Amino acid sequence: MERQKVTIDGNEATASIAHRTNEICAIYPITPSSNMGEFADDWSAVKRKNIWGTVPLVIEMQSEGGASGAVHGALQSGALTTTFTASQGLLLMIPNMFKIAGELTSTVFHVSARTVATHALSIFGDHSDVMAVRQTGWAMLPSGSVQEAHDMALIAQAATLEARVPFLHFFDGFRTSHEVAKIEQLNDDDLRAMIDDELVRAHRARALSPNHPVLRGSAQNPDVFFQARETINPFYTKVPGIVQKAMDKFAKLTGRAYHLFDYIGAPDAERVIIIMASGGETAEATTHYLVEKGEKVGVIRVRLYRPFDTTAFIKSLPKTVKSVAVLDRTKEPGASGDPLYLDVTSTLFENGVQGIKVIGGRYGLSSKEFTPAMVKAVFDELKKVNPKNHFVVGINEDVTHTSLDYDLNFSVEHPETVRCLFFGLGSDGTVGANKNSIKIIGEETNNNAQGYFYYDSKKAGTLTVSHLRFGPKPIQAPYLITPNTANFVACHQFNFLERFDFTKYAQPGAVFLVNSLFGPKEVWDKLPQEVQKDIIEKKLRFYTINAYDVAEKTGMGSRVNTIMQTCFFAISGILPRDEAIEQIKKAIKKTYGKRGDAVVMKNYAAVDQTLVNLHEVKVPDKVTSTFTRRAPVAAEAPDFVRNVLGPMIAFEGDSIPVSAMPVDGTFPTGTTKWEKRNIALEIPVWESDLCIQCGKCVFVCPHAVIRHKVYEKKFLEKNPETFKFMDSKFKEYPGMAYTVQVAPEDCTGCTLCVEACPAKDKTNPARKAINMALQPPLRETEAKNWEFFLSLPEIDRTAINLGTIKNSQLLEPLFEFSGACAGCGETPYIKLLSQLFGDRSVIANATGCSSIYGGNLPTTPYTFNKEGRGPAWSNSLFEDNAEFGLGFRLTLDKQLEYASDILPTFVNEIGQDLVDGLLKADQTTDLGIKQQRERVEALKQKLTRSKNPQAKNLAAVADSFVKKSVWIVGGDGWAYDIGYGGLDHVLSTGRNVNLLVLDTEVYSNTGGQASKSTPRGAVARFAASGKGLAKKDLGLMAIAYGYVYVARVAMGYSDQHTLKAFIEAEAYNGPSIIIAYSHCISHGYDMSKGLEQQKLAVQSGLWPLYRFDPRLAAEDKNPLQIDCKEPTVSVEQYMYNETRFRMLTQSDEARAETLLKLSSEDAKSRWSFYSQLAAMHYGKSAEQK
Amino acid sequence: MVDLSMTYLGLKLKNPLVASASPLSEKVETAKELEAAGIAAIVMYSLFEEQIIHESLELDHFLFYGTEISAEFDSFYPQSGKYTLKADAYIEKLKKIKQSVNIPVIGSLNGVSSGGWIKYAKKIEDAGADALELNLYFLPTNPAQTANQIEENYITLVHDVRNSIKIPLAVKLSPFFSAIPNIARRLVEAGANGLVLFNRFYQPDLDLETMEVVPNLILSTSNELRLPLRWIAILYGQINADLALTTGIHTAEDVIKTIMAGASVAMIASELLAQGIGRVPVILTDLEKWMIQHEYDSIQQMKGSLSQNSVSEPAAFERANYMKVLNSFKSMP
Repeated sequence: MERQKVTIDGNEATASIAHRTNEICAIYPITPSSNMGEFADDWSAVKRKNIWGTVPLVIEMQSEGGASGAVHGALQSGALTTTFTASQGLLLMIPNMFKIAGELTSTVFHVSARTVATHALSIFGDHSDVMAVRQTGWAMLPSGSVQEAHDMALIAQAATLEARVPFLHFFDGFRTSHEVAKIEQLNDDDLRAMIDDELVRAHRARALSPNHPVLRGSAQNPDVFFQARETINPFYTKVPGIVQKAMDKFAKLTGRAYHLFDYIGAPDAERVIIIMASGGETAEATTHYLVEKGEKVGVIRVRLYRPFDTTAFIKSLPKTVKSVAVLDRTKEPGASGDPLYLDVTSTLFENGVQGIKVIGGRYGLSSKEFTPAMVKAVFDELKKVNPKNHFVVGINEDVTHTSLDYDLNFSVEHPETVRCLFFGLGSDGTVGANKNSIKIIGEETNNNAQGYFYYDSKKAGTLTVSHLRFGPKPIQAPYLITPNTANFVACHQFNFLERFDFTKYAQPGAVFLVNSLFGPKEVWDKLPQEVQKDIIEKKLRFYTINAYDVAEKTGMGSRVNTIMQTCFFAISGILPRDEAIEQIKKAIKKTYGKRGDAVVMKNYAAVDQTLVNLHEVKVPDKVTSTFTRRAPVAAEAPDFVRNVLGPMIAFEGDSIPVSAMPVDGTFPTGTTKWEKRNIALEIPVWESDLCIQCGKCVFVCPHAVIRHKVYEKKFLEKNPETFKFMDSKFKEYPGMAYTVQVAPEDCTGCTLCVEACPAKDKTNPARKAINMALQPPLRETEAKNWEFFLSLPEIDRTAINLGTIKNSQLLEPLFEFSGACAGCGETPYIKLLSQLFGDRSVIANATGCSSIYGGNLPTTPYTFNKEGRGPAWSNSLFEDNAEFGLGFRLTLDKQLEYASDILPTFVNEIGQDLVDGLLKADQTTDLGIKQQRERVEALKQKLTRSKNPQAKNLAAVADSFVKKSVWIVGGDGWAYDIGYGGLDHVLSTGRNVNLLVLDTEVYSNTGGQASKSTPRGAVARFAASGKGLAKKDLGLMAIAYGYVYVARVAMGYSDQHTLKAFIEAEAYNGPSIIIAYSHCISHGYDMSKGLEQQKLAVQSGLWPLYRFDPRLAAEDKNPLQIDCKEPTVSVEQYMYNETRFRMLTQSDEARAETLLKLSSEDAKSRWSFYSQLAAMHYGKSAEQK
Repeated sequence: MVDLSMTYLGLKLKNPLVASASPLSEKVETAKELEAAGIAAIVMYSLFEEQIIHESLELDHFLFYGTEISAEFDSFYPQSGKYTLKADAYIEKLKKIKQSVNIPVIGSLNGVSSGGWIKYAKKIEDAGADALELNLYFLPTNPAQTANQIEENYITLVHDVRNSIKIPLAVKLSPFFSAIPNIARRLVEAGANGLVLFNRFYQPDLDLETMEVVPNLILSTSNELRLPLRWIAILYGQINADLALTTGIHTAEDVIKTIMAGASVAMIASELLAQGIGRVPVILTDLEKWMIQHEYDSIQQMKGSLSQNSVSEPAAFERANYMKVLNSFKSMP
């Protein structure tokens, strides 16, 4: 069977082997490994078979811990089983990994190695996760490229079956897992040749079976455990030989030879680098380059890291070596060296190797770039008489001065390799088109090809960067395209040019392509001075196209991808123009064909219209622009924002030195306001003549960009000319002025406010009190109005009636301008929390969307009021959030207890009144809290004068007298699945914590994988065939405790109900949980219709609203109150508005019909059940009956 | 026994009662029930031009929506799944129904303009349809668009569809033409083998609370029979095509009037949607009873007997009849 050349990423290359050589995959999503599980699930859903002719069974578990348990069980019962994971996920598997290895069980886990969270979470790649499991007894086989990931996945599978030692096959997260490269795909015959069926049968024969019963997993005592533990030694001794044998067999089969330690370089090398995974590719390419230049250098690429074969290692080291640098991609603080360094030093020592200087260094944490320049810096360091040991390379470590300097301009890339960079907007299709382009180049030409894609951390107005390399020579460049090296630079979003420096990447004479609304004659003057200067000085060939216009006219909407892709092929000349067009069209047909002819035709039309609209711009010989690029943040921003966050915003974060970074991961809040992103094409405009001052627009705004205020008219003396206001209609605030104001530069243009606005013009109902209008003409004036609006005094929260939406929305939001998606369904709930309780809340946030838009650098949406109070926020992990938040409560309770215990001992110094006031304060209202704060201040003042040795201790905990609000926030992946055990336990403790479940019914942040909250009939990742079982009723499970306040809310159905639930939950002195319907882009419909869809969810009976208030039981009342009407619309009417449900009708109509019917029954039975619960008699009257 | 058989579009039918395009043909089981109940032919539910195009664009839009915004995912849905567009599912459904029943099955396409989508006419033919009903359903809202332009579009469409298939073609039209006989003749000249009178447009309602337009579907009543009945009677004998009456068929009397006006078949849907498929044998039995009572041997005997050509007072179908109706209203107690 002929092997195909395919252009795929590392995850697909790995999953392709794993799926074909296993029977069971137990999976759980975690970036960047999720795609491997998704591929496996997708392939099984379309009945793709493994090499034994059966479709592997893929099951999603509730956590990685669960996945490893299921894998362990499946292995013990004889199935070939695998899983895919990374980072914390791998750490959750550790207990089972010990067991699996201890029981000598054949399996391969595939890991896209990712940073373990320490001072911060990072989704990017390093070896901190895999190095944290090196003690478990697993063989560890790293791969350094997409081809290697494909190859090593198979070698690992072959070896584990023979060795009976489990294998961890790992590769660098993102760098390899997400790099798209042209590889030779192994066919089923290759797999069969490598996998010995005898060994498979032997694996099965070891299975637990009642037909030959055994006991495995005994408990052992000191008498024999030790001896038993040493029985495995011979198996480990054999592993290197078995792996090498598999590698040799593989080499014979494919021509690609691997060794336990591959030495590359001069035979007489004096300086050698030892490294593993993708860094080895860079080191190898650099070594080749330097050897050609006559340098005596080499690199040892570690292929089998565990068991570490010391003999093979020594053998691989040239005898001429004088100095060695061992590079680790992980950090073990406090250790005498990082892991690989320790292995190398002990190996040399044990083998009596002398006269070699060994240094260790660290590189590439969290996908930090590792380039040939850095490799060269290490080689250069090795030349020195006293080289730095325990150095770092790739950053400026200016605190303990361990970093190596490197030459930014050093490059080893082959002159025939072409490098192209595309800067796109995260919804214009740039990445998808570039993936197609690299496939075309890889599969339709003789070129080698590589694609890598970068995203910023915002989900609205995302910047994407596509790095494409291709050329006749093999591409060994697992690093981003560096400044001054790109042959082709394209900017697909014109307004990015005023924010970011793209032309710095262009090499002299390169092509610079810009998508612009302006024609070839006008565009030049619209460029910032810096861009013009670069174009002139680097003699760039400057092209422009109005792709927006072509897209609009050809029905492509905002997607400029096909158009810009066509420009790329037309200008770059990789293929003859006609052939390129043909190939693009072929790719279009392949990509979009199954979506129907209309889609293919509009893309074809876009291709055809592109060339006539593409123009080369005549470049003047001097800079003529009148403006410069915008500073990333305003000049008046605080120092930290300007000096640290500013460079991050401008994508210059790599230049920030260690000394500028906080030492413990602590960052100031309230910084999103400095990052004016201007991403909305249209913003809401207030029409005061129609406004009824209901506050609904303010309530639903996901980004807190639309606000209203009542204020005294005297403040209007200095208002800007265009600032709008009207008389207040609030009965509580007569005679005052009222304004609704929009933050024009922070708005995402989602239109939820317009949808929520109930006020319509009687003669023209299309006109509401809020309407959308183009942002650019309004930007300047409205920005001034916004500034003025912010200067108006906030409402006195101690005097406000919180019971109504309009009043509650006068409270200042302490969560603003997050990086969430436009129209996000989660953030309005968090914003409400911040308005009601933000000035006294501590928030524990589970990992997920809310931790990313809440806590991903550069800027932070949680903010503070003029007193400096606001939410204190932290993210521990994904799985432990409820427990983490409970910890907050325990501290607050304990400190209050301590403070209350010692306070009376100060009575003579502070007076009985203050003691009593502090201990007996009524803090059920904001006024009560304000008064208590004043008492605490008074106490602190008095304590400063105290000579009591306990005074400082009391002062340190005095703030605990003020009531705090503990919020535990997360999504359904946390609450229903991975964190459920903890959530359940925290509820059971009876402690006063508030849990907010932002229920999007999928793992939104990792790409829409099914959770136990996913409703029946929805198609999701890991539920490719449509989820067959009903959604878990988390609320009902919490109700079962009887003492937990439970509310199920959907602000689109009733904002008033949501408000009431939040206030009641917080006021309840015990555990409370609010399950909030959160519409999400993953549901597949226009987010501006999110509120409408929420309403339908309730009206169809699928999302009944209720509150369960245990306080009512004490009053002999039924604690359960249903807060919505009996279902009035069909489940179908709700479901089939959403792609997640509708797509099942297109992939499996019969199943869709069955699941729709069952969902309708779910809705009916749930309504019936809740109705009966709510009708039950409670209390004495019930007992009498 | 009376002979109920009739010929429509060259198809031999066991009686003149045909199930018109409606949700009744969405399921194979229901189609089989219709056959068992005695229906002579089934017109499939309609495949809309907009559906063919927009479904495809919509699927594309929402599969793309929200993608490429995060390093953590590229899209939200499985990529390897195959999507059967409703249009293709329609063809599959037609095939299955055709295989499951012995009565003729007529495909139904609904559109207004010629274009790529009409390839589905050929697909319907290839799926085994015995004929095709082309439903011209267009609501002109642009004042700049003339009646002539719209009619020319229709003619072109009928012409193009006719040229793409070999099976008989019926055209279903609305009553909103200035010159129905003229457009009827031109449609026949463009290739229609039959005309189906008339389409019912959905009449949206206004919600006074929300100040929004709301869709509203009301099933037909026997009273609505009058409009198509008149035009069938007028067209019968004047154009060289079979006529079918749809809208307002609820009883055997309605069927009889339809045939006597000149139609080959009476198409029924609302009655069956409201009262169930069990109404079919009742209507057919009533029809037979009426014919026996009135000594008709075959249904063919009555065809066109009360058409404008045949009635003693042809003017009754014209303006004079209007005055008569007004007078009768005035004379009501």
